[in-house]
Amino acid sequence: MPQTLFDKLWAPHVVADLGDDWALLHVDRVLLHDMSGARALTEVGERGYSLARPDLVFATPDHAVSSAPGRSSATFAGGARPIERLRQRVRETGIRLFDLGQPGHGIVHVMAPELAIVLPGTTLVCGDSHTCTNGGVGALAFGIGASELTHVLATQTLMQRRPRTMRLTFTGTLPPGVTAKDMILAAIGQLGTAGGTGFAVEYAGEAVRALPLEARLTLCNLSIEMGAKMGFCAPDDVTFAYLKGRRFAPTGAAWDAAVAAWRTLRSDDGAVFDREVAIDAGTIAPQITWGTSPEQVAPVTANVPYPAGPADQAALDYIGLAAGQALIGTPVDWVFIGSCTNSRLSDLRDAAAVLRGRKVAPHVTAWVVPGSETVKREAEAEGLHAQFLEAGFEWREPGCALCVCVNGESVPAGKRSVSTSNRNFVGRQGTGARTHLASPAMAAAAALAGAIVDVRSY
Amino acid sequence: MDAFTTITGPAAPLLRANIDTDMIIPAQRLIGAGRDGLGRFAFERFRFNADGTENPDFPLNQAPYRASPILLGGENFGCGSSREGAVWALRDLGLRCFIAPSFGDIFYANCFQNGMLPVRLAAADVQRIAEQTAASPSNAYTSVDLERQVVITPNGEEIPFSVDPRKRSALLEGLDEIALTMKRRDEILAWQARDRAARPWAWEGLTL
Ligand code: SF4
Repeated sequence: MPQTLFDKLWAPHVVADLGDDWALLHVDRVLLHDMSGARALTEVGERGYSLARPDLVFATPDHAVSSAPGRSSATFAGGARPIERLRQRVRETGIRLFDLGQPGHGIVHVMAPELAIVLPGTTLVCGDSHTCTNGGVGALAFGIGASELTHVLATQTLMQRRPRTMRLTFTGTLPPGVTAKDMILAAIGQLGTAGGTGFAVEYAGEAVRALPLEARLTLCNLSIEMGAKMGFCAPDDVTFAYLKGRRFAPTGAAWDAAVAAWRTLRSDDGAVFDREVAIDAGTIAPQITWGTSPEQVAPVTANVPYPAGPADQAALDYIGLAAGQALIGTPVDWVFIGSCTNSRLSDLRDAAAVLRGRKVAPHVTAWVVPGSETVKREAEAEGLHAQFLEAGFEWREPGCALCVCVNGESVPAGKRSVSTSNRNFVGRQGTGARTHLASPAMAAAAALAGAIVDVRSY
Repeated sequence: MDAFTTITGPAAPLLRANIDTDMIIPAQRLIGAGRDGLGRFAFERFRFNADGTENPDFPLNQAPYRASPILLGGENFGCGSSREGAVWALRDLGLRCFIAPSFGDIFYANCFQNGMLPVRLAAADVQRIAEQTAASPSNAYTSVDLERQVVITPNGEEIPFSVDPRKRSALLEGLDEIALTMKRRDEILAWQARDRAARPWAWEGLTL
């Protein structure tokens, strides 16, 4: 019987079939961050267990760390203790830590592909819902809660129910100025934030095949915003070229064996999915959210829609927009380029390419927060930071920063922000802060114009 | 983990769609936090006014619902982040059961890990329970019977629900999943040995 890519990722990891669609799955890689990492390690000990496989666990502090230039783990006082505890537990358990300022440090979902911690055909979990990002290399990667994380650390396995399968096919070719971020926002706009609930989503089609690896990570990053715990792309030559030579990638004969195995990781012709959706990539325009849920999104050229119900009205009240007004021209106060969605080198290049020697509007505070220490160093090596600084952006230290604002940094109340992150929830970027999600190029253009603009004409 | 069999009480209505985990508890409250004492932060943005006083319009601040063990939710309840603190905070408020048309996947799984029962019912059924409760909140009780898998509405109507058999027995018996899996330790080690031979590339270069 023809198999889906999901089948090929799932079946080999079944340690025991538990019946009723449940399986005890082997977990090949575990990521820990400062919000949940130390606690999980402590809890394993408190429950009387030890770490099953410390060699498969990787940690990095990213959430509660200041992004201020020259920061240390003490700069944001509230995060200092959790990080110190993480360091201590890491020393006791012997797992790998990529600490602030070290190569390898960064947002978990940026550093894991960057170091080839995640490989095609592997299973990876983290106590973080955007773990689905890592599906971009062709892995089964998903977020879990703290209790499940303790189970994984103690046993290297997880009890999981087989999800249903969905294939989301992007046909055609992306128009110029349109990115992976716009593809996935458009899909969420069409399917809704619960459209993928209960599904594992395979992103397929010529427009996905044409995406560079980093853009596939962006695509998979927002799977959870569509309700899907996991999303992935079949690995191909683009994936292999990206991974080759990275820190934890196999080498020599093991590399050759790996690539041979990875080439089989695609849905067979005739494979049947529980749900199939097709979107013509050629029809997608740059997207921007107008509300407080990622599904409240529209092409930038559209007007703010008339509310379809009380939830839409509440969103408009919070975001301070009126139904029927043009999105283009809405004044912007803040711009944030960063987060595990869009903080990789290619994202920073996209944003920098928009600047062309122009300046950020005087009333706009604009930040670039590279996703990892490596991204930061590579961007500096090619002079991107200088372009951002000359334009009037702040060039900051890697971490989650204004994506979740648990590090003492936030957008002030009532201020409007264009952000390359993934959640525009009420209060996500600060109490009363108004967030519009968009691509890095759209965010850069908004910073220059001081207003929402269509990057294609800017 | 405490066993869950039957829960009875007034069902608090919070029927809006897409209640996300940021609304249930903001991430800032979870920096370095443990499992206990998070109830005071649950729905804090809705429960409290800017000056710290209670917002009387929020259902969980209203007399019959304060000690309510059951919460009625809208579509996609608990969507958003994986933070289990959302479940811990609601449990600390005294909640044990959520009834909604659909749930965020990770929140749904986190409930069972904490002896809490998420029940999926059609939106019209959830609405009906809310209406029957609102008719006389102080004595309109809803029961959720996990053994029989029925919700009994305040008017005595029985609405069947289904929950995964595995999760149902784990809740009924208060099972510890880690202890269960530990019994399969040999199977896991054997899988790893086989996998190492079959996929050497997945294990190479990781030696500490
Ligand atoms: S960047 Fe944002 S979404 Fe990504 S891991 Fe950090 S907080 Fe979560």
